[in-house]
Amino acid sequence: MQEFVVSRSTRLSRWAGLVALAVVSCLIAMPWWGTRAEIGTTTSFLGIVAMAQMWNLLAGFGGLVSIGQQAYIGLGSYVAVMVALQGGLSIYLSLPLAGIVSAGAAWAISFLLFRLRGAYFAIGAWVVAELLRIVFANTASLGGGSGVSITSALTGIGRWQREAYALWIAIALGVGAVGLVYALLRSANGLAFGAVRDSEAAAESLGVSARRVKLTLYLIASAGCGMVGALMAISNLRVAPDSAFSVDWTAIMFFAVVIGGIGTIEGPILGAIVYLVLRQSLAQYGGWYLIVLGVSAVIVMRKAPRGLWGVLADRFDLRLFPIDHRVRPRERS
Amino acid sequence: MIGWLDTILQGLMLGGLYALFATGLSLTFGVMRLVNIAHGDLSILAAYLALVIVQHFGVSPFLSLIAVVPLMAIIGYALQTFLLNDTLGDDILPPLLVTFGLSIVLQNGLMEVFSADSRGLSVGEVQTASLPLGGGIAVGVFPAITLAAAIVVLALMSWLFNSTSLGRALRATSDDQSTAQLMGIDNRRLYAVAMAIAMAVVAVAGVFLAIRTTFDPTSGPARLLYAFEAVIIGGLGSLWGTLAGGMVLGVAQTIGFALSPAWGIAVGHIAFLVVLLIRPNGLFPRTRDA
Repeated sequence: MQEFVVSRSTRLSRWAGLVALAVVSCLIAMPWWGTRAEIGTTTSFLGIVAMAQMWNLLAGFGGLVSIGQQAYIGLGSYVAVMVALQGGLSIYLSLPLAGIVSAGAAWAISFLLFRLRGAYFAIGAWVVAELLRIVFANTASLGGGSGVSITSALTGIGRWQREAYALWIAIALGVGAVGLVYALLRSANGLAFGAVRDSEAAAESLGVSARRVKLTLYLIASAGCGMVGALMAISNLRVAPDSAFSVDWTAIMFFAVVIGGIGTIEGPILGAIVYLVLRQSLAQYGGWYLIVLGVSAVIVMRKAPRGLWGVLADRFDLRLFPIDHRVRPRERS
Repeated sequence: MIGWLDTILQGLMLGGLYALFATGLSLTFGVMRLVNIAHGDLSILAAYLALVIVQHFGVSPFLSLIAVVPLMAIIGYALQTFLLNDTLGDDILPPLLVTFGLSIVLQNGLMEVFSADSRGLSVGEVQTASLPLGGGIAVGVFPAITLAAAIVVLALMSWLFNSTSLGRALRATSDDQSTAQLMGIDNRRLYAVAMAIAMAVVAVAGVFLAIRTTFDPTSGPARLLYAFEAVIIGGLGSLWGTLAGGMVLGVAQTIGFALSPAWGIAVGHIAFLVVLLIRPNGLFPRTRDA
């Protein structure tokens, strides 16, 4: 009788873990070997990776497509401002706080937004982000419409240190987001997430509360975006309502996830790389990188709905972060 | 007291403009469950088309509608045929992605062509003229024309839906797409026609907006949000509910502006959230699925 084994990790995925470890180690040491521009680009890249992972968790696994996650980027940025300028505390304390405040706000907002379904949820979330933008733009103590600089909160810290800290925070968020999504999806709850994504009705019939799954994912994704928002404030040293609450954040998350491959962990990382390459190479052409990004996302959706990673994974049978179970015949020894 | 009455009257007329924006959104959702994120940006495209025609031929913006409305209808038909039809299905992600992508492309494209400068369309004296109603209350002629246009458009849509064979096909497809197909309705062509109608109405909305206020390439998303709020406040699937929804939003915004100019839009958003809280299906719901 043929025997079968069920496995999750593959030889490649074990190698990928080692390579990832090496890459992360190199990145941590970057302040000693990289240029300022390289450090800045890497910081923003890792922020995009974290954001994209969060959006992917929400849309790819929770089925909640939102065009309002910029609400939490902005909220997190302003938590950093309040902690540093008004609370008089270390700005680095704002990272966990931004996560907690964003999760709390997301919980309160969910009572309203979860009344909307599908595409209407997406736009409803955008309305909430707009409302928050107007509120912060009209709060004079936080700089009003023109925004506020937080350089004064970082006066005691040298430039090298400041940029190194921002990079390390970005590494923690980027790697943390990948690790969190990986751990979540491999846990017992991960099965529930996948089940809700594939069929809400079937998942409900097996005792999974779709509402609770969606709320959990919404809170996690919002907390993650809040922390990325605080990172953006720390690395840009300036927070303005129009850019902090800009829908462009969600456009980047949405397009990076779709181009890379929605519903996979590798996809958003690949998408963030594509975004960064486009932004850097089209830097002198103004808004063109967003046009190219949007058109690329539309083409990918039409031609390869599972994204670039989906194409690669199918063709070469790759799994860097395996979240599925594979059954194969036991090898005779 | 009269001041408040005046404010509410202004809000009701602003609601007419919002109803024009909302009708197209509600039509495409009703017929093919498509929420077009680029809806507002397409209305701004119509405004720029009108601007080009007005500058080129020196005609009144009202007259430019003769060209802009069919142009936008053709754009809508082509958009649905070549881009959007293939995205429709059980998954909401493809249509959202494609229309969101279209929105970003339109905004940045308009920015490249027309720059970020604010533009406007002028209709001369009509723009500032007002009609005294007695008792110290007056209504602007142009806002009154806008409201009248909205009512005419809604009446036309109502007639189209209830009294023509096209309307019957649209309603049938809205109720049950696959059965309608079995009855010989070519749903892909019908969707293209629905989008053409939606874009024709959006063209009217865009041109009226451009006369009422200034616009720039990034004005689209706000229009989408107001249209969306009007649809949800009014109740899904109800044509005249959309007008009521637009009016609730318009009144909320003008009251907000009267209290504090910086908070006008926010009061509109809050009114939307309050309606969502107490009447999640809107004020005049016709369909139950959202």
